[in-house]
Formats: sequence, C-alpha cells, structure tokens
Amino acid sequence: MDKHTWHILEILEENARATPENIASQTGLPVAEVNDIISKLEKDKIIRKYKTIIDWEQAGEDYVYAIIELKVVLERKQGYQTIAERLYKFPEVRSVRLISGDHDISITVRGRSMKEVAFFVAEKIATLEQVHSTSTHFVLKTYKEDGFIFDEPEKIKRLPVSP
Amino acid sequence: MRTQCDPSCFVADHLKKVPPSGIRRFFDIVCEADDVISLGVGEPDYITPWHIRESCIHSIEQGETSYTSNYGLLELREQISELFSKKYNVEYNPESEVLVTTGVSEALDLAIRAIVNPGDEVIVVQPSYVAYVPSVIFAGGVPVTISTKMSNNFKITPEELKNVINENTKAVVLNYPNNPTGATMDKADLEAIADVVVDNDLMVISDEVYDCLTYEGEHTCFSSLEGMRNRTILLNGFSKSYAMTGFRIAYALGDSEIISSMMLIHQYTMLCAPIVAQLGAMEALRNGNDELDKMIREYDRRRNLIVDGLNRIGLECFEPKGAFYAFPSIQSTGMTSSEFAENLLDDQKVVTIPGDVFGEAGQGFLRCSYATSKDEIQEALERIETFVNKT
Repeated sequence: MDKHTWHILEILEENARATPENIASQTGLPVAEVNDIISKLEKDKIIRKYKTIIDWEQAGEDYVYAIIELKVVLERKQGYQTIAERLYKFPEVRSVRLISGDHDISITVRGRSMKEVAFFVAEKIATLEQVHSTSTHFVLKTYKEDGFIFDEPEKIKRLPVSP
Repeated sequence: MRTQCDPSCFVADHLKKVPPSGIRRFFDIVCEADDVISLGVGEPDYITPWHIRESCIHSIEQGETSYTSNYGLLELREQISELFSKKYNVEYNPESEVLVTTGVSEALDLAIRAIVNPGDEVIVVQPSYVAYVPSVIFAGGVPVTISTKMSNNFKITPEELKNVINENTKAVVLNYPNNPTGATMDKADLEAIADVVVDNDLMVISDEVYDCLTYEGEHTCFSSLEGMRNRTILLNGFSKSYAMTGFRIAYALGDSEIISSMMLIHQYTMLCAPIVAQLGAMEALRNGNDELDKMIREYDRRRNLIVDGLNRIGLECFEPKGAFYAFPSIQSTGMTSSEFAENLLDDQKVVTIPGDVFGEAGQGFLRCSYATSKDEIQEALERIETFVNKT
C-alpha cells in the first residue's frame, strides 16, 4: 500500500467525518486526488462502512449485550459459512466470529433486557439444527470497543514550554 | 556578630558567561496565562506507550531497584548495538562502546567534557538546541557558532565549516534532524562535511535523537559514513522516539577510548542511569516498533497540516523533513521573533518559541511544535491568522 493511501485510511479510521479538504492538508495531496483515492477504496471494498461509536448508556438507552459461544455440528457439504449466514441474518446478532478453542463460533447479541436476550438465544439460536450447545455470557460493562476507550482519555501532563 | 556574605560572590566566574535560557523566560509568561494553546513544547504529546509503562511497573514489583553497571545494563547495550548494526550498518562493541546515560543532555555534557581542554573551540551549528553552547562553556571550551540559512534549507555547508576552523578547533556539534528547524542532511551533504572533518582532524558530536522522526528520505547516521566511526560521538535516546522524556534515558556510542573517558565522569557524577528507565528502554526496543511507526505517520500528517496552514497565512515556512517542529519566517510582519511570540501570546493565547532562543540565526523565525493534537494545531492556526491579519 502506498504512503498516501495508508494515511487516508488511518485518518478516516480515526475520524470518519474528516473532510477531503482536511485530509488534503494532512497528506499534502490535492483535494481531487483525495476524493479519487477514497472513491477507489470504497469501490474496492477496502472502506466497508462509515460508522459512529455511540455510548447508548450515556444516551439513556439501555441495551443488554451478551456474548454467546456456540458448539456446532457440521453436516456434509455444509461448512461454517452456512451456519454463520443463518446467524448473521438476525438483526439482534451484532457480530459473528469463527473462533478456536473449546467453542466454534462466538456471537454478540443485543437486546433490551436480559430476558429478551435469553429468550432470543433459547428460541432462535439454541434451536438451530447445527447448534449443539450454547454458553451465554452477559456483558456487565464495556470499557473498550474497536480500539475506543469509553472512559475519559488519559491526559498528558506536560510543561507548556520546553526546549 | 559574624559578617554577612554575598552568596553571589561564590558563583563560579564561567557561569556568568551563560545567559539564562530564553525558553525559561517564556515559560514564566505562559504559566500566568489561561486558555492557552501551546506550540511551544519540545516533547511528544503521547504518553509513553502502555506496554513500556507496564513493563516498568512489573520491574518495580519484581524488585528491580538496584544500581546497574556504570555503562548500563549489558542486555540494553547489546540491543542498542544490534539496532545500529541492523539499521545503519555501523558496529559498536556493547561491552565498551555503548554508554547508557540519563538523557541525551547528560550524554552531551559527558561528550564535551571528555574531549574539551580549556580554550578548545567547539563549533556549534545554529539554530540549534539550547544546551550546546552552555555545555561547551561549562567544560571550559569556547563555543564558535555557524548560522545556517533558510535559503539553504538550514543545512551547514563545507565552506561555512571551513571558515571557522582554526588551530584551536576541536570538535563540531551536529544535530540533524534539527531542533528547532526540522532540517535534515542527506548522505551527500554529510559526506562533504566528513571530508572537512578529516582534513582538519576534528571530532564530531552528532546528536541524532530525532533520527526516527524523518519523514522524507532516509536518515543518515553520521558515524556510518566511511572513516567517521572513530571520529564521532553519537548521541541518541528514547525521549522522542518512544515518548519517554520523563524517564531520562539515552545513550552515547563511540570508540572505546572516548566512551571509557565519558564513563569516567559518568561513574562519579551519575553512577548509572535509573534501572527502571533502562528496563523500559529494553521493552521499547523489543516491542515498540508498531507504536513508533504509528506515531511517525501521525506526526507526518500534522507536519503537512501546520506547514500548509502557516504558508497559507503568509508566514513563509521551510518544509521540515524531520523532528516535530515547523520554523516559519515572521520577517514579513516587521517584528522580531520575541515581539511576535510575546504579542501572539498576549493577543491570541498561542505559545510559540522565538527563533532567536536557538541562536542569532533564528532571529526572524518562530519554532512551532506540532507535537500537539490536530484539533489544537487547527485552532492555533486560526488564531495566528487572526493575529497576523491585525498586524
């Protein structure tokens, strides 16, 4: 990857609302070229989506999250892709990952209450043919998400002037 | 009743030749102001990466609180030696040619004291870091300054160097990438300097603490030039590259004769660098490269942002290729550096450092550090623009 593309991706990863003009200032590229590079990155599906991290708890909207680990039974001609597709189509399911270790798949489910999440898992997930067993862990507090720390950032303590 | 004394009578004469730091004077003004944006800070705005801090905490828990060898922990010296071998293809024996010091400031003091006899002249290329001239004076030497120019990208030329050499000249202090200008010297530039150094049998003290923060071209380590290894005392450290300023940890590299002489002073004045900082430095060299690369890319973006902004405002700004400083000219405003910086602070609450703090060659310029967040740089640029438009 060339230096400018790398810069643009890092700038947008940090702030999806960075304007082309601002990116141009930071990279030394003309605005038109910045726009071209971003369009290509979108077209090539390197930039998949522009997203906002929201602290729903701060917004007064309480969501309950749970991480559910699944053991699955694979059938002939049906790999993990098939079960993954069935899982990610539920809007309640926020993430689906194939994992190593005691379980095969880890999903994150969001609901309005523990009861709602528990019922969703019992009715929609545990009942899937390929799902052999589930292990549900409710999230009590999220400290860091996608590299973003929800607590106040550490403040650097520096002298205002130094040589 | 005993006779009262005047303590100032006891202060050594040679200290009276050293004026107080111009930065210190500015510091006192800044501390009294509110809502200030500071572009006056010569250290990273990153907190030391967590893995380094965590390893230091762990080392304290494990009771690693003793003195170390005067030279520093051998394992750290081996890491430093390996780094220079791999990165610059220059070899230093970790047993005798690497000295771990309490910051580059100590390494600089040791280097000068190790080679300077009373009356020896040491050439200091300016604008440059504020400690070089006083360190020469403290050692009983005579500082001789060379003023580099923006028209020559703040590089020193062989002719400028030749013009100030005489029979008393002992050494030359180089600092590229440079604080405060951000200038760099490429290999060909340095080769020409090396020729003059050899012709006149000089030593070079090369402060390369910003070597990792080179954004265009590759940094050339002075001692890696042919024939220069034994003529160079190379100074480097962890403050800028790994955001470890407060740890005070750095090193000097050179021929064993020179390094052992520096160690002689170090062992009686400092004994050793703090062990926790040494262990932190080892962790930085082992696992710090990803964080370092990320910091470099971010500084590069800020560099573009501030240089673009200053030029847009009409303050002609030389394109810095290293360190984290922009050095715009404010000559178009008709003010001196101090007038501009003080009025800017008073009017718009933006701190910059007058260029002449770094030597007379810096008159007419400002040092603007971009080791601050992009939001603050943007805000500072807007305020500077407002100030310039008023004047």
